[in-house]
Amino acid sequence: MSEQNKTWLWFHRMGSPAYFYNFAGLLLPWCVIATVILMLIGLIGGLVYAPADYQQGEGFRIIYVHVPSAWMSMFVYMVMAINGAIFLIWHIKLSDIIARSSAVIGASFTFLALATGSIWGKPMWGTWWVWDARLTSELLLLFLYLGYIGLRAAIDDRRVAGKAASILALVGVINIPIIHYSVVWWNTLHQPASISKFDNPSIHIDMLIPLLCMALAFKLFYLCILLINSRSELLEQEKRTQWVKELVTSS
Amino acid sequence: MNPKQKQRLVLVSLLVIGLGTGVSLVLMALNENINLFFTPSQVVAGEVPTNQRFRIGGMVTLNSVEKLDNELTVRFKLNDSAKEVQLEYAGILPDLFREGQGIVAEGKLNEEGIFIADQVLAKHDENYMPPEVAQALEASGSAYYNNEENR
Amino acid sequence: MMEFLHMGGYAGYIWSSYGIVMVVLLLNLFFSWRRHQTVLRRLKQLHSSGNNES
Repeated sequence: MSEQNKTWLWFHRMGSPAYFYNFAGLLLPWCVIATVILMLIGLIGGLVYAPADYQQGEGFRIIYVHVPSAWMSMFVYMVMAINGAIFLIWHIKLSDIIARSSAVIGASFTFLALATGSIWGKPMWGTWWVWDARLTSELLLLFLYLGYIGLRAAIDDRRVAGKAASILALVGVINIPIIHYSVVWWNTLHQPASISKFDNPSIHIDMLIPLLCMALAFKLFYLCILLINSRSELLEQEKRTQWVKELVTSS
Repeated sequence: MNPKQKQRLVLVSLLVIGLGTGVSLVLMALNENINLFFTPSQVVAGEVPTNQRFRIGGMVTLNSVEKLDNELTVRFKLNDSAKEVQLEYAGILPDLFREGQGIVAEGKLNEEGIFIADQVLAKHDENYMPPEVAQALEASGSAYYNNEENR
Repeated sequence: MMEFLHMGGYAGYIWSSYGIVMVVLLLNLFFSWRRHQTVLRRLKQLHSSGNNES
């Protein structure tokens, strides 16, 4: 079988609920282990080994939880929006499950970005909050997440809820580039990005490495949550099927 | 992809693009209001609201900080590499306040064109490095540290 | 050790930040795992009792 066919076959198999359920179940423990290891490396690296900043002293270490949270808040929303589009266009149920399984953790990351950012801002900027473009758009993101969760909860019909939520996610997706470019397009209190795809990072390498570890750890954590949640959702959706029946009665 | 799926793809794309365009237009129209602060150049050019509180942001000019005797008031100049504005502030300055640092102040312009601030926030840049590296940069005279353009 | 906890005077800010992050992440993990257990239990009941009906 050619490589292309193999990939297509794998994707196709994923569409089968039973296959996905088992695959996710096998992947999960490894995901958990990887998350724990990377989190430990990141935390120790960030709290102990990274040198203090010339300007902010030890205070800058909040970066190791603030930035990964912020990055994840946007990443998870993109996952929700993209899967929402896939569900709307191709009616693939697994996409709706993935989107649904991501909402709460995504909202959590957004809340954490705002909370840790606020705590960091107080000693450094001199204020807990300011209505600049970056902070305001991130707050808007939290409202979008909450609206998304609320909308799904308010509609009983699973498919209709999925469609409505997908539309909301797509409507709100414009906020993501706004958040990202807010510090470039407008005058803000929040400084521009230290890490970008095109420029050299303006953060010292000894400080950067734990940050990248934490970013990866947060991503893996999200994957763990996603796997657990989507398995629960899958069981619910497929509860009357034979494979679920066999699964729950055999344990 | 069957025709119905194609149709939904088009609709979804239209939704996203249409919304994106709409929001972009709105943001462009609101541009001035989204900015947190005015620059010294804008203040000097008179582009700021008169008799109203507003925010000004820029770099603290080197050697411009003076403490007024017997008072808690401090005076300093704020620049954006082009124009300069004189500020007066009677309060506690943030820890990160120093010459060459970016700040954002809120307050009002008085008749003499001096900005009387009632809040001063420090705006730090996106650079993170250990003290030795910062000192090396300053010592090497790369002018990074002292260059007013670097925030 | 004390110096580490003191974090150059920023202890309050740093530890509350890390604390809130750990709490929120662990809560997410806990609730996700618990939901999975609940669903399994409920479906087991559904299929055990439903065996005589269907």
